[in-house]
Amino acid sequence: MAAKTLIIDGKQVSAQDDATILDAATDAGIKIPTLCHLGGVYDVGACRLCLVEVAGAKKLFSACTTRVAEGMEVHTDTERLRKYRRMTLELLFAERNHVCSVCVSNGKCELQTLAWQNGMEHVGYDYSFPRWGVDATHHLFGLDHNRCVLCQRCVRVCWHIEGAGTKNVAGRGARSAIIDDLKQPWGDSETCTSCGKCVLACPTGALFNKGSTVGEMSRDLNKLEYIVNARLKKQWIALE
Amino acid sequence: MIIDDLDAIAEAERSSAKKTVIRCCMAAGCMSSHSEAVKTSLEKIVRDSGLSERIEVRGVGCMRLCCQGPLVGVDPDGIIYEKVTPEDAPAVIIATQGGEANVKRGDPTHPFYTKQLSIVLANSGLIDPERIESYIAVDGYRALHAVLREMTPNDVVESAIKSGLRGRGGAGYSTGLKWATVAKTPAAQKYVVCNADEGDPGAFMDRSVLESDPHSVLEGMAIAAYAVGANQGYIYVRAEYPLAIKRLQIAIKQARQTGLLGSGIFESPFSFTVDIRIGAGAYVCGEETALMASIEGRRGTPRPRPPFPAESGLWGCPTLINNVETFANIPVIIRKGAEWFASIGTGLSKGTKVFALAGKIENTGLIEVPMGTPLRQIVEEMGGGAPGGVKIKAVQTGGPSGGCIPASELDTPVDYESLTRLGSIMGSGGMIVMDESTRMPEIARFFMEFCMDESCGKCIPCRTGTVQMHRLLDKIVRREATPEDLAKLEELCDMVARTSLCGLGQNAPNPILSTLRFFRNEYLELLQAQPDGKPAPAGANAT
Repeated sequence: MAAKTLIIDGKQVSAQDDATILDAATDAGIKIPTLCHLGGVYDVGACRLCLVEVAGAKKLFSACTTRVAEGMEVHTDTERLRKYRRMTLELLFAERNHVCSVCVSNGKCELQTLAWQNGMEHVGYDYSFPRWGVDATHHLFGLDHNRCVLCQRCVRVCWHIEGAGTKNVAGRGARSAIIDDLKQPWGDSETCTSCGKCVLACPTGALFNKGSTVGEMSRDLNKLEYIVNARLKKQWIALE
Repeated sequence: MIIDDLDAIAEAERSSAKKTVIRCCMAAGCMSSHSEAVKTSLEKIVRDSGLSERIEVRGVGCMRLCCQGPLVGVDPDGIIYEKVTPEDAPAVIIATQGGEANVKRGDPTHPFYTKQLSIVLANSGLIDPERIESYIAVDGYRALHAVLREMTPNDVVESAIKSGLRGRGGAGYSTGLKWATVAKTPAAQKYVVCNADEGDPGAFMDRSVLESDPHSVLEGMAIAAYAVGANQGYIYVRAEYPLAIKRLQIAIKQARQTGLLGSGIFESPFSFTVDIRIGAGAYVCGEETALMASIEGRRGTPRPRPPFPAESGLWGCPTLINNVETFANIPVIIRKGAEWFASIGTGLSKGTKVFALAGKIENTGLIEVPMGTPLRQIVEEMGGGAPGGVKIKAVQTGGPSGGCIPASELDTPVDYESLTRLGSIMGSGGMIVMDESTRMPEIARFFMEFCMDESCGKCIPCRTGTVQMHRLLDKIVRREATPEDLAKLEELCDMVARTSLCGLGQNAPNPILSTLRFFRNEYLELLQAQPDGKPAPAGANAT
């Protein structure tokens, strides 16, 4: 496999042929914000936080789905990108009911961390305050739609790591929601294996272990990548 | 099936032609005003009066001037009757035997008809879309024969390139180049897809083509399949078009029975089958990657490109996706030559474009004009202007992804580049005329509501940005917005356009941007009026 050389934020970087810009940047120690990206499952380019500028191209590219090219010149941290990222996060916070102070993931939440890291000091848009429910029918886990950002990480791990195919998305636009099987209570699902990978994959407090209270949900994402690497690469040592 | 068989069918069809043909529009527009009853009653009278040997009553496709339907045409007299009722049938029949019918007559010399140039719609309103013989009699499937027996796939791609044809779905990408890319991508399996998921508000061109001349689309697809090396085609048509689906089903069945679809077409090694896939009511499925996901049976949401469908499309195979109108152009280009086609239109926009004229306009209906025709000629001469002599204020093209062109720019020639320069797009061909009573911020709000409802919800900017933009527009229309709100709206327009995943989100701000560009005052007037009871400034209309 041939390697490719490119420039990311002024730094010369080499990357594997089939690497994405995100892979190459991560290897080079350049951090690009991500939300829907999850190691171990394929990328969908949905959250648009990892958008980068490529010299010579007018449009922006999602780093997680764009392959590197020889001589490519990538900018990951321009004024414009920082502004778009802040706006994206503000829009997310205004969409559903993200109340950190009462959230099981407070202090361990990827959305919260992103907001802090990207300088989102306030939300400039009117909050929607939608009425979304909580599905607490499963005996181990709960799903609070109010905290869902629709990143589909739970859907992807359910289908492509566990292979159960319980989780899915129904509805469209702002009315989209994560569903179980044919939109039935999670507890009634006949396909759910109660493996808990969806809970591990969730970036916010939307999916949680029952019994955890404010700030108690911690997740070890490496576990998911470990399973995938063990299966595909026969690599049995957990990543640090 | 060999060419002699095709000739025989055409000859039989032509020789059985009767002296008088009464064409009765059986496209959706006229059918909604009961043209079927008109046709039944015409047929009954012809039968009862023993004129069956001399008069044929033929169900045909769209005859263009939809607002005057049901339309009935009489050949060879060249008469068009408008707003025909079943009770008018005897008078129409008597008139064919000499005499004058007391039925509203259309004017075939009106610019609405005379300024049209029919390539895509050449057979529309003339042939019976439910009989393949009717299509074969007007040289149908001859282009496919010529391609299969006399041209290499590369010749066909070259012809498409030379013709200068650009995608009629809206983006205007070179059709020949797209074909070349798919043709050059090596793969054991390739697909051809016809995008018939027409969903722009006010657009009905593709529906009319499918209802009026479905075989031209099938023939175009077969030619494309030969050019790129595909053996399977799909037509993705929205479920809201039941008549188009029915006519397509009939057309595919007849083409199969006649040997014009299937294996070894015209005794060549080329095989091609076409299946219909019916959409489930999502606008976003008109976006090619979402459309393919839907065909595969998955949730219809777009994915980032590259890879483009030409490289990795249906089930990972190279896939050619073209719009209905694009395919319908192909047989004519092959029959009459790429040079002939390239001689029509402007420098970079070749051929004709079909538009669905709707909104505040006298003559609502379907028109096909050469590229480069000035907008003014379309809306004023052909369309007859706004009803009641009211002044036209703007023309909206390109649906929710397009923009509003102000009356001051009506002399703009209609081609891809000129419309883009004005902040609009050619789009698939919807053309909505607005008169002086139209308030632009409300138009922008309407289109934003459409995009908000139709956003698939996958990417954040489109899913949440359209909600916030709609909210801000609503605030503006309700006179509750401040200048800061307008600034916020413009900032969102930029962000959503730049960061959204697919064309739906990327173009969703266009109606706002174009109305802000030409009608900014209307927004500002609404801002100045505060909800504290202060009178609205002059010129601002209360909502």
